[in-house]
Amino acid sequence: MSAPAHRPAKAERTMWTTRVRERAVREMPPEKLLPDRQPSYVSSWIYVFGVVTIAAFAVVVASGVILGLKGPEWWHLTGLGHFVNSMHLWAVEIFFFAMVVHLWGKFFMGAWRGGRSRTWVTGAITFLVAIGAAFTGYVSQQNFDSQWIAFEAKDGLNAVGIGSFFNVANFGQMYTWHVILLPTVVVLLIVGHVLLVRRTGVVPPYAARLAKAPPAATATAAGAATGAEDA
Amino acid sequence: MTGTTPLGAIFDLNVPAHYLSWHFIQISVPNFVVIVLMIVVFVAALLIPFPKREREP
Amino acid sequence: MPDPVKPPAFPDERAPWPGPFVRYDLVKELVVALGVVLAVVVALTVLFSSPDEPPVTIQSWSKAAPADFLGVAVSELNRTSGVATYGPPYNEGTGSVQKIGPISLQEAAGVKVPIETAKDYVLEPLHEVPGAPRLRAALAAYEQAPAALQEKWAANYEKALPEARFVAGVPVLPPGRYGPVAPMMASLLAMGQSGALDGALLAGGHHFYATDYTKPLLFVSAGEYFEKLAEHQHLLGTQWGMMNETGSYPGQVWLWLFSFWYQVEPFKSSSNADALIFMVMGVLSLAFICIPFIPGLNRLPRRLGVYRLIWRDHYREVES
Repeated sequence: MSAPAHRPAKAERTMWTTRVRERAVREMPPEKLLPDRQPSYVSSWIYVFGVVTIAAFAVVVASGVILGLKGPEWWHLTGLGHFVNSMHLWAVEIFFFAMVVHLWGKFFMGAWRGGRSRTWVTGAITFLVAIGAAFTGYVSQQNFDSQWIAFEAKDGLNAVGIGSFFNVANFGQMYTWHVILLPTVVVLLIVGHVLLVRRTGVVPPYAARLAKAPPAATATAAGAATGAEDA
Repeated sequence: MTGTTPLGAIFDLNVPAHYLSWHFIQISVPNFVVIVLMIVVFVAALLIPFPKREREP
Repeated sequence: MPDPVKPPAFPDERAPWPGPFVRYDLVKELVVALGVVLAVVVALTVLFSSPDEPPVTIQSWSKAAPADFLGVAVSELNRTSGVATYGPPYNEGTGSVQKIGPISLQEAAGVKVPIETAKDYVLEPLHEVPGAPRLRAALAAYEQAPAALQEKWAANYEKALPEARFVAGVPVLPPGRYGPVAPMMASLLAMGQSGALDGALLAGGHHFYATDYTKPLLFVSAGEYFEKLAEHQHLLGTQWGMMNETGSYPGQVWLWLFSFWYQVEPFKSSSNADALIFMVMGVLSLAFICIPFIPGLNRLPRRLGVYRLIWRDHYREVES
């Protein structure tokens, strides 16, 4: 027995809660949010690198949570701590590695076409914020590397007037940026990025190279060949 | 601050790196390896055939 | 009506895909990716571990290079050091103030992390040494002397320092007019070598907890000793050091472009290099974000044709 689709009554339709829910379901129905099929052109290994980036980020966060819970001294003093720190470092390397391959792939696909520019924009901002997140980690290491990076970076930050607000020699400040503020921003960006991908679907291929476009397709072909490269 | 590693470091990388120089470009061998690997993985991702799957109209 | 069996050769980029679909298990893909990444991370960890070069402390520095330490200390006392003349955010100096054209954001931001080098690095720490009547007398003599004489003593000391010998850790300079500066510096060196100065600079004698390392870091980093260690690890700016890591580990490779600008003119020899490169990178980052909207650049992928390789199965099908 299938229940009839729920239609909110008039009184409900004026409620903010109802309207938010209705809108969310309309924009992102479950089969769109978590589809079990993809267009036939999604057939290349290049498509896995977005997911690999997210997987690497999960390992970065998990190892980072352990390091944070044990306190910033722990990894210098124990073998297990150093092991977890190594996992954190290598997960970061894989995270950036996969993200760059993903980025190259999406660039060569022109993946911003057909109203998908926001997906590119959120992805690009994620990359830049992630660099900041990694950087604050490097200056939070409490070793010679972080001393030197802080010493070098301070001049650049001072030169543009933000060296006191973002003081790389202030461990308390940098640690806060590294373990909570920037990771939170990266998580929010990734969530937004993935929702945008799910909403608009994976970008279709550029128009094919055919001597003559079939008459039915000329309208869209013109669009694909000339305009609509942007949002 | 000498962290002992119970499982780690079969290869000890705590020795100064080798550097490649070309005009003003200087790059450490480990960084170079990372960049080359990225390119290799990217090209491999494009070239290696993806498993064929069933069509669902 | 589109044929659902054959993919369209000229797909509408905005419309839902009218062509055929294939099964794609996203959740399985994520779980497998997680497993693979975790396995690779553990493998790399077991194989290579991670670097942890011990930090330079004032104690390790003053023990390993006492003359270098004294040179920095006396220049802090005499307010001729890099930090003393730096400018904002530490003080009103102009030595390291940078501009973009006529505008200095550095000056506009003002002095927000004030550092008075003579007081912070030398006089206050020495006042914390308990007992030591000779040191107390030297400090009193120095602080009561006119500024010109203070400067002269410190300058004489700085000049004679290259000829200093160390007898049982105590600096011995050729005879000269150093006034109370010589015993003060000897005490500061002893304080440094004992480790007491590390604590004094961090806590300033007023706190128990500490998280701000600005003062000790600026002090330690003024020494040649610190720079030599960095040079050995290829971390200097001129060595593309921003990308490098201690030991033979990969570093922040993603900073390659940032690092690149420091190697080329006009930035290489500019005293405003940092400010200018920050600006250039800001503009380039914005351009990177805005690629979908930049005419020419947003159509570059179609011209490059790499997409033909990515979607080769699709094109083979629709172009046959």
